[in-house]
Amino acid sequence: MTLPILLFFVFAGIAVGGALSLIFAREPIHSALALILVMVALAVLYLLMGAGFISAVQIIVYAGAIMVLFVFVIMLLNAGVENRTQHSIMARWLGIPLAVFLIGDLAYWMARGAHALPLAERSGSLAAGPVSTQDLSLHLFQSYLFPFEITSILILIAVLGAVVLARREP
Amino acid sequence: MIPTTHYLYLSLALFTIGIVGVLTRRNVIVMLMSIELILNAVNINLVAFSRAYGAVAGQVFAIFIITDAAAEAAVGLGIILAFFRNRETVLADEMDLLKW
Amino acid sequence: MEFVSHHAILVVSVVKIAVLLFIVLTALAYLTWFERKVVAHIQSRLGPVFTGPHGLLQPLADGLKFMFKEDVTPPGADRFVYVLAPLLSFSLAITALALIPFGPGTISILGQQKPLAIAHVSLGLLFLFAITSIGVYGVALAGWSSNSKYPLLGGLRSSAQMISYEVSLTLSVVGVLLMAGSFDFDSIIQSQSGRWLGFIPRWNLIPQIVGFLCYFTAALAETNRAPFDLPEAESELVAGFHTEYSSFKFAMFFMAEYANMITVSCLATVLFLGGWLSPLSSSWHWAWYLPSLLLILGGLATIVDGIWKMRGLARVILPFMGVVLIAVGLLCTRPGVIGVVQGPFWFLLKVFFLLFFYVWARGTLPRLRYDQLMDFGWKLLLPVALANLVITSLVVLLVNR
Repeated sequence: MTLPILLFFVFAGIAVGGALSLIFAREPIHSALALILVMVALAVLYLLMGAGFISAVQIIVYAGAIMVLFVFVIMLLNAGVENRTQHSIMARWLGIPLAVFLIGDLAYWMARGAHALPLAERSGSLAAGPVSTQDLSLHLFQSYLFPFEITSILILIAVLGAVVLARREP
Repeated sequence: MIPTTHYLYLSLALFTIGIVGVLTRRNVIVMLMSIELILNAVNINLVAFSRAYGAVAGQVFAIFIITDAAAEAAVGLGIILAFFRNRETVLADEMDLLKW
Repeated sequence: MEFVSHHAILVVSVVKIAVLLFIVLTALAYLTWFERKVVAHIQSRLGPVFTGPHGLLQPLADGLKFMFKEDVTPPGADRFVYVLAPLLSFSLAITALALIPFGPGTISILGQQKPLAIAHVSLGLLFLFAITSIGVYGVALAGWSSNSKYPLLGGLRSSAQMISYEVSLTLSVVGVLLMAGSFDFDSIIQSQSGRWLGFIPRWNLIPQIVGFLCYFTAALAETNRAPFDLPEAESELVAGFHTEYSSFKFAMFFMAEYANMITVSCLATVLFLGGWLSPLSSSWHWAWYLPSLLLILGGLATIVDGIWKMRGLARVILPFMGVVLIAVGLLCTRPGVIGVVQGPFWFLLKVFFLLFFYVWARGTLPRLRYDQLMDFGWKLLLPVALANLVITSLVVLLVNR
């Protein structure tokens, strides 16, 4: 077992564990902390894939900005612990089999489609090499300039929407 | 060198956990966080395929998804704040009025 | 021994981390002493004088006091998060320093050529911002987990402040990035080498003076320092987010604040003040002896001060310290050492200068009100940083064409 594989399993394990504690934690702030853990673990995995820029953006934007917003709102509302309800019988008896079925189905099709991936990939050599940050920026600002600009308008709308929604009525 | 399928299975696991979170949790904030988890799972796929095929497009779209997630979180939390002011709750099953 | 040669990269990294950690922790302790002394003299006081000569043992006494105090956890606090918050604050503040290069080129450790930084990352600046952007959680979680209203309000306030000013901080740096065309600290410093008109160093400070001022102001707010130390506005919020913390957990927040100060000053040095580059012309050979000269003069002053002014034990300790300083100064004139010392010397001198500015600002400026603080950040600092960014990118575009 080489070091990259070991690192992959360690951080994939952290990510899955964090995700599980996200949905099982009853205190919202523990859920938020678990999600931050998932995001940091994923950033390390991106680094393993040679995507340094995505890794840094993942931490700065996701962990450093979006999740701060979540933590902030949780602190502000201080809504407290969520109690479990036993209302739905269907959720208990149908939900778990359905979840297992969903993951099994997806895994089945994924395993069947694995042979379609580039050959060099499976034999273990580096197929095409990691994408450099320079390549990424050239594509982002040349080929994908229009979607990029549209995204900025989307963000502007989101900012306005958030301000309008969260503003207290005068 | 880690096979691409490893990343796909990880992404699958996170995606499923996210879906279970959205469907089973009652707290709207946690549901929103589960949606963020789903978006993260999608991002893993994009970056993994970008590496496998040596294509930049995957990473570009990963960046777009991250920005969209930011927008979604801002608007979603704004709605939750506005709702909390009116009804003093963040639980989805107590949001049962069509108007107030 | 085979293990060492086989895993040389790990061993060297661990050694470097240990050395840097030792230096930084000592520097943190004495930064508190330095700040108390300088602020005291600004306010016509003497500052710490009783513990040791010139109060030099004060940091040690403070450290002991923190360790032996009772560690109180408020009832109803979320224990896990309550312990996590100071750990997060402190470890992130220390980790950020791993990316800073303290000198040029490489030094040889265990037969390996290693850069004078713990990690040489090509996306250095991005990762530094990534690490510091997570630092907000320490403050926010500390405020929330204490289960008390003053910490909660203080935590909300200071995390809002940190997020707001982080935007200006990042934007003010982009101008430098555009001029250097790289995220790599080494390339950023190299892009500042050379001189204008033969004697003015080509540091980014001069073309990016607006960016530097924005950066420094935002950095004061980002590290929760005066005049933006709202969380520590004693009259309204007791002590802000760390009101309920005591003993070593409080010490961790305290050290995190000072470590952040050092990180931010190091970053300013790299980005705006030419990092390890010497401001003096490289053809002046006597300039190489400046580090030794400074150390020897300091040593002589310490000896004289110890023998003439001190009584008791200090009369022995101070001259001894002076002799050590002189010995180190003489060591720095050795042919093998003198080249290595230059980079770190200028780097640390610049960092020290910036830290003095920090303390000076605290000793001089009155604290802002919270609404003034937010207005200042969003309505003045952000537009100025944005304008600086737009103008810089235009100029860079025109010059490169």
